[in-house]
Amino acid sequence: MKKFAALIKTLDSTNKTNTKVAALASYFSEASDTDKVWTIAILSHRRPPRPVNTTLMREWATESATIPLWLFEESYHIVGDLAETISLVIPTSEQGTEKSLTTFLEEMLALKKKSETEKKAYLQHNWKSLGYYERFVFNKLMTGGFRIGVSQKLMTRALSKATNIDEDILAYKLMGNWKPQTTTFQQLILEENPSDYLSKPYPFYLAYAIEGEANELGDISEWSAEHKWDGIRAQVLVRSGELFIWSRGEELVTDKYPEFSSFVGIIPDGTVLDGEILPFPDGKIGTFNDLQTRIGRKTVSNALLQKTPVILKAYDLLEWDNMDIRTSSFEERRLLLETLFQKISPQLNHLQLSETMSFDTWEALAHERERSREVKSEGLMLKRKDSPYLVGRKKGDWWKWKVDPLTIDAVLTYAMRGHGRRSNLFTDYTFALWDTDEHGEKKLVTFAKAYSGLTDAEFRKVDHFIKNHTLERFGPVRSVTPELVFEIAFEGIAPSKRHKSGVATRFPRILRWRQDKKIDEANSLDDLKELIP
Amino acid sequence: MYNFLSLNMATQPLLVFNENGIYCQLADVYLDPWKPVKKAVITHGHADHSRWGHQAYITHHTNVPIIKHRLGDINVTGKEWGKTFIINGVSFSLHPAGHIIGSSQVRVAYKGEVWVFSGDYKTEDDGVAVPYEPIKCDTFITECTFGLPAFKWTSQVEVMNNINTWWAENKADGNTSVLFGYSLGKAQRLLKHLDPNIGKIYTHGAIENMTNVIRPAMSFPETTLITRDTKKEDLKGSMVLAPPSTHGSPWIRKMVPYVTGSASGWMAFRGARRRRAIDKGFVLSDHCDWDGLLESISATGAQKVICTHGYTDIFSRYLREKGYDARTEKTQYEGELAEMETNTEVTT
Repeated sequence: MKKFAALIKTLDSTNKTNTKVAALASYFSEASDTDKVWTIAILSHRRPPRPVNTTLMREWATESATIPLWLFEESYHIVGDLAETISLVIPTSEQGTEKSLTTFLEEMLALKKKSETEKKAYLQHNWKSLGYYERFVFNKLMTGGFRIGVSQKLMTRALSKATNIDEDILAYKLMGNWKPQTTTFQQLILEENPSDYLSKPYPFYLAYAIEGEANELGDISEWSAEHKWDGIRAQVLVRSGELFIWSRGEELVTDKYPEFSSFVGIIPDGTVLDGEILPFPDGKIGTFNDLQTRIGRKTVSNALLQKTPVILKAYDLLEWDNMDIRTSSFEERRLLLETLFQKISPQLNHLQLSETMSFDTWEALAHERERSREVKSEGLMLKRKDSPYLVGRKKGDWWKWKVDPLTIDAVLTYAMRGHGRRSNLFTDYTFALWDTDEHGEKKLVTFAKAYSGLTDAEFRKVDHFIKNHTLERFGPVRSVTPELVFEIAFEGIAPSKRHKSGVATRFPRILRWRQDKKIDEANSLDDLKELIP
Repeated sequence: MYNFLSLNMATQPLLVFNENGIYCQLADVYLDPWKPVKKAVITHGHADHSRWGHQAYITHHTNVPIIKHRLGDINVTGKEWGKTFIINGVSFSLHPAGHIIGSSQVRVAYKGEVWVFSGDYKTEDDGVAVPYEPIKCDTFITECTFGLPAFKWTSQVEVMNNINTWWAENKADGNTSVLFGYSLGKAQRLLKHLDPNIGKIYTHGAIENMTNVIRPAMSFPETTLITRDTKKEDLKGSMVLAPPSTHGSPWIRKMVPYVTGSASGWMAFRGARRRRAIDKGFVLSDHCDWDGLLESISATGAQKVICTHGYTDIFSRYLREKGYDARTEKTQYEGELAEMETNTEVTT
């Protein structure tokens, strides 16, 4: 635990990627094998389930710190991180621990089944005996994710440095459904074991947004275009008569989409498709909002399956005839994919091909992009015809060229403190638009929340305004005098029963602060509804 | 008319908060006013406490050169610690606040009633400022910049050890250490305890000038001002003391390759450090931590407590639960926020 806490401290106290990689690599070459496996698991978001809920942790921490609960809560709102708050309010200890990371995690796994009294005793004992930073790390393990600026990619790079195994191979090994409790460093990283690969997806290749003009990409004949579908990126694996569906977040989501079970037996074994899961109500592509009703459900009712079925829009073929074909060109992979489609598509209702398009001029391509909203896409994807399927986000061969977002001018009405890096600033905002109520009076109606889009300097100014124009406080939230107008951009819009405004916007963010506008000049809810296609 | 006035004065508190600052009507004197007034008693030299434009300033004599440096040619009188001076029958005296060099608390007494205004203060002896002394009073006007139980300072010895170790490590790695601290107060405190055996200490102009103002009153390790002629090779492995406003400015590019550190109470929060994109945070404050505030208030024996700047609402609520008659008053003091959030200093 000491070494792990020291590692986290180093990672947390630098902004430099090279320093982080070096710290991780040296940890991976020194730590015990079980600690290494747990560290990999933690940094790739495979934590053990929470043994204690956070409400209880707050109560017990309050007791250990001998302060009133309200004071703990106020401190938490200001610190912005539960694990950190607990570590800060409890009196410091000079002790420390000799127990390993693995021992701590095994204890936490066992703790889940224990009684509340035992849980409380375990936590309070550790809070008292651990030093400040170990206590913080302990709390982080208890409460959830480590957001310390270490991506899985960065961790993989460090692991590669420590083991001399190729980074892409490691990325592949680390994918899928392994558990730190049941694997070893030897099995997970060092050994070659073909049967492990049955359910393993390939790391996704991700596109960058196009910078500048599309025609800067050169000769248009080298590029293949298709629409950029707005659903969930997914890999569909058919191997040895089994189906596996992986989301981009490396989550195995096979059970959520029973529609695809029909693929087995029709798509030949040893095939991996890359594509987008799209909602398909009434035989047409729906909105992302439709898909939302499916994403959260673990079990899907028949009624929902009827109302919001899904399809897979396939756009790439990564494995064919049990062969990894990612190194062949996009053109070759597409040819195989299209041949496969011709054979099987009449038998499969839930599978469609994402059609590729060729254009003679960049103008014609730009024109097609303008049509995106009509065909329910977010814009275009440009893929270089001779490009292999790479790992992760790489520049050069794949580009996304989204349509310009929809925008509306809205009034800032509520604010909340940010988390982590932004915990001392009010950076999470709620925006409202004008509406006329039944008495004919104009009032502001909340329509969206947004957290990003301003510069640090602008956030500081808005934060200052909020602190000086607070009307009411509701825990961490403040209502503010309606005075500031912001241009809000969003990707899509759909009617919604779950929202007070009756409208759901997709990925709203702040485009700019309209300091030139007074609140009367902000848009109305009717203006927003006009944008619904 | 005279009778009415004296009756009114008898019922009015000795100190009130008005639009100009903290006001003693009987003496017609303001404490740390934020708008120009006739007569001002000044606790210390930070910009939010000593403002420009008063007709007469009264402050501790070690603060005189500091505010003259900041405010130019002003009419200022220096006083000794604990020496009473009487204005219109009201007794005033200055007592060490331990915040920065020359910082005072102001004791105001009239007919047996005693008020103390803390200004900014801290309880730990930092080796530069004369240490804080609790003063018995009926009403204590206190800052509470760090009035949350999440703030608990470690000793200066430990923090300075960490800073010196960090410097030595950076030097071994071939990096320059850039340490941010406010040019008045924090910079001198850091300088006093940096280990000159590790390497050379360079300064930004704002810090060099302020330190030179204070040098006659106190000895500090040698510093070298960074100028246009300073060579990049000479800076390598050195310590550079710079005001927070220089972070991310073109001035700092000269230090490449460098590592940044910041010494402030806010560094207790990981978020605060990450938001400023600083490599290393050292928790070192010139204000009281939670326990320091509570102990100081208790030591004054005051029943009435007025909280001015910081987490005032939270802190005064806690004091009320502890049995104090505590409330908050709005002021324009900014506490350590002034040191961290605003770019009040001119980059030279």
